[in-house]
Amino acid sequence: MKISDIPEKEYLLPGNAACHGCASSMCLRTVLKAIGKRTVLVVPASCTSVYQGMFPGSAIDVPVFNTVFAASASTASGIKASLEKKGVDATVVVWAGDGGTYDIGLQALSAAAERNEDILYVCYNNEMYSNTGVQRSGATPYGAWTTTTWSGKKEHRKDVAEMMIAHDIPYVATASAGYLTDLYKKIRKAKNVKGFRYVEILAPCPPGWKYPMDRTVEMGRMAVETGMWILYEYENGEFRLTGLSKAIAEGKRELKDVEEYLLAQGRFAHLSQKDIGAIREYVERRWSNLAKLAGGVHAASAEFYV
Amino acid sequence: MERKLITGNQAAALAARDSGVEVVAAYPITPSTPVVEEIARMVESGEMDARLILVESEHSAMAACIGASASGSRVFTATSSHGLAYMHELLHYAANARTPVVMAVANRAIGPGWNIWADLGDTMSQRDTGWIQFYCSSNQEIYDTVVMAYRVAEDRQVLLPAMVCYDGFVLSHTAMPVVTGIGEFLEEYRAPWKVDFDEPETFGNILSSDYYMELRKDVFESHRKAIRIIKKTEEAFESLTGRYSPLLLEKYMLDDAETAIVAIGAIASESKIAVRKLRRDGKKVGLLRIKCFRPFPSTDVVEALESVDTAVVIDRSISPGHEGQLFSEIKSALYSSRNRPEIIGKVAGLGGRDVTFRAIEKAVCGEFRDGWINEVVV
Ligand SMILES: Cc1ncc(C[n+]2csc(CCOP(=O)(O)OP(=O)(O)O)c2C)c(N)n1
Ligand code: SF4
Repeated sequence: MKISDIPEKEYLLPGNAACHGCASSMCLRTVLKAIGKRTVLVVPASCTSVYQGMFPGSAIDVPVFNTVFAASASTASGIKASLEKKGVDATVVVWAGDGGTYDIGLQALSAAAERNEDILYVCYNNEMYSNTGVQRSGATPYGAWTTTTWSGKKEHRKDVAEMMIAHDIPYVATASAGYLTDLYKKIRKAKNVKGFRYVEILAPCPPGWKYPMDRTVEMGRMAVETGMWILYEYENGEFRLTGLSKAIAEGKRELKDVEEYLLAQGRFAHLSQKDIGAIREYVERRWSNLAKLAGGVHAASAEFYV
Repeated sequence: MERKLITGNQAAALAARDSGVEVVAAYPITPSTPVVEEIARMVESGEMDARLILVESEHSAMAACIGASASGSRVFTATSSHGLAYMHELLHYAANARTPVVMAVANRAIGPGWNIWADLGDTMSQRDTGWIQFYCSSNQEIYDTVVMAYRVAEDRQVLLPAMVCYDGFVLSHTAMPVVTGIGEFLEEYRAPWKVDFDEPETFGNILSSDYYMELRKDVFESHRKAIRIIKKTEEAFESLTGRYSPLLLEKYMLDDAETAIVAIGAIASESKIAVRKLRRDGKKVGLLRIKCFRPFPSTDVVEALESVDTAVVIDRSISPGHEGQLFSEIKSALYSSRNRPEIIGKVAGLGGRDVTFRAIEKAVCGEFRDGWINEVVV
């Protein structure tokens, strides 16, 4: 599929208040194109609450329900139940940041997943709380500067996509702002799956990560090229790597060193070689964890190794 | 119409069913748990045609209710105490969102000191969230009030959520005869907005100070308007079902009274016994029962109390650092009245301590001078 195959119809309108180079808004635009008109969007407190614009205006051209920070999955459950009861056909989509997903909203997310609500939950992961001015979240990587981790975060991030796999929901996928057609395809697929679906997008953020705003797509790609972000799908109990991550696993593409990716971002500028080493180790650990997952459930991908 | 011997919780669940509730999202907590259980049973057996979302917390319960209400369904939930406190953020949200959620609250104390018994502190501390609050004194009233609450909450001039409160265990777990059936009292809920894909709307986005004050003023004004709607609803309910269930306030032997007991919830029904006893002893005592605490029926309260010499206000909750909440409200309502009676505040029954008519009698006769009715007088 080519980028030109993505429909021209816009549901995230120009003039929204996102920063230049914002991956979140770029990906939301793509997600809305993939689902189309009959979308009900649920948005918790986040950058999206801001960039959608102020009343009486709105930059989002589908029905939107803004909700509190911790309750997007439960609000969406109520909306879906109500629409089903009324016989209204719609895809109910949560569009939440990593703060709303990894931290304060995790309980509601896990419960909605366990209930297998017919919802598509999309987390745009910019690896911190942007809306409140760059604070750490559970998705912030080791070493990253934020305004609550001045000398760099001391812990590695957790992984909610993997938690969703552990919930054994019908569909889990990861995507990156570096590959919009891949995102589009995964959302199209998710749209047609019944039950709880979780898609997590790595969404670089120029002011939070401290890189020039014209390098967002590049950041999204470098993350995958260096193995800091891994693209995969989990569908009906089968795990498989996708896109460049698959090519890397199959040895068709070489994994780049993380240092290049880290040094492109001001938030990692202070890292020592020891810190970078810790991140390298973390990346290796994640790959071998996912390799186990792939080997355990899907023999075809079992040979991948990094 | 059917007569049954049921608990307050069963009355609430049956009222939700008979009101044609379409979506329920709820989480168990003593003493309101049986409401959720009963609804689950009715939904599973097909007696109730609703979607039940068994969420993982009260925060999620209220969020799901708001979502379902905003997308056009009549919704219901029930909770108590810590569960209500856990909902707090969303209680504000429901009011500002103008979603007419109706919730049963079996009142219970809040810990620590785990205490599962009656205490109105849980709902009193949600006083300023923008919810309508009704406090019931019998199981019949719980049933009728849930039904009427929908009519009030969904009225286009009101559009506010409403909680129907009743003392935990005292009402929630005590069986009483209740007449059920509401005939044609409620129509299908027609939300003022709908999920429209051709003319999509964004709900709840950033609202600047140019608009927010108007939004709050509108919530405020709608509470005011609700007083009239509540009176009309009470009348309409009576004429349709033949049952009189006070919705705003109730006056009992107050016409010639020199002393008024002012009470709320189950203590108000106990107070009726005290009134009858005191009357037999030749004392001119009456009762003003506050049924609706928000909106507060100030004008009617003034009218009811202007002719008495003394008003003894009994609270089953306190605002630490000040006094009982009902006491504060009664004083505030009467502040501008020229014929203001002497107003005395008493606190009773916290954490489920039994409040007998004898204790109320003693309080009226001037005992418990420190304001605390803490003795169980048998
Ligand atoms: C209960 C509650 N606590 C805190 C906040 C303040 N708050 C609003 S958005 C936000 C961070 C959002 O972060 P994330 O979900 O990652 O989205 P992003 O801002 O990165 O888009 C915080 C802490 C809030 N709105 N509600
Ligand atoms: S702060 Fe980051 S996530 Fe938020 S709008 Fe700007 S670029 Fe997008």
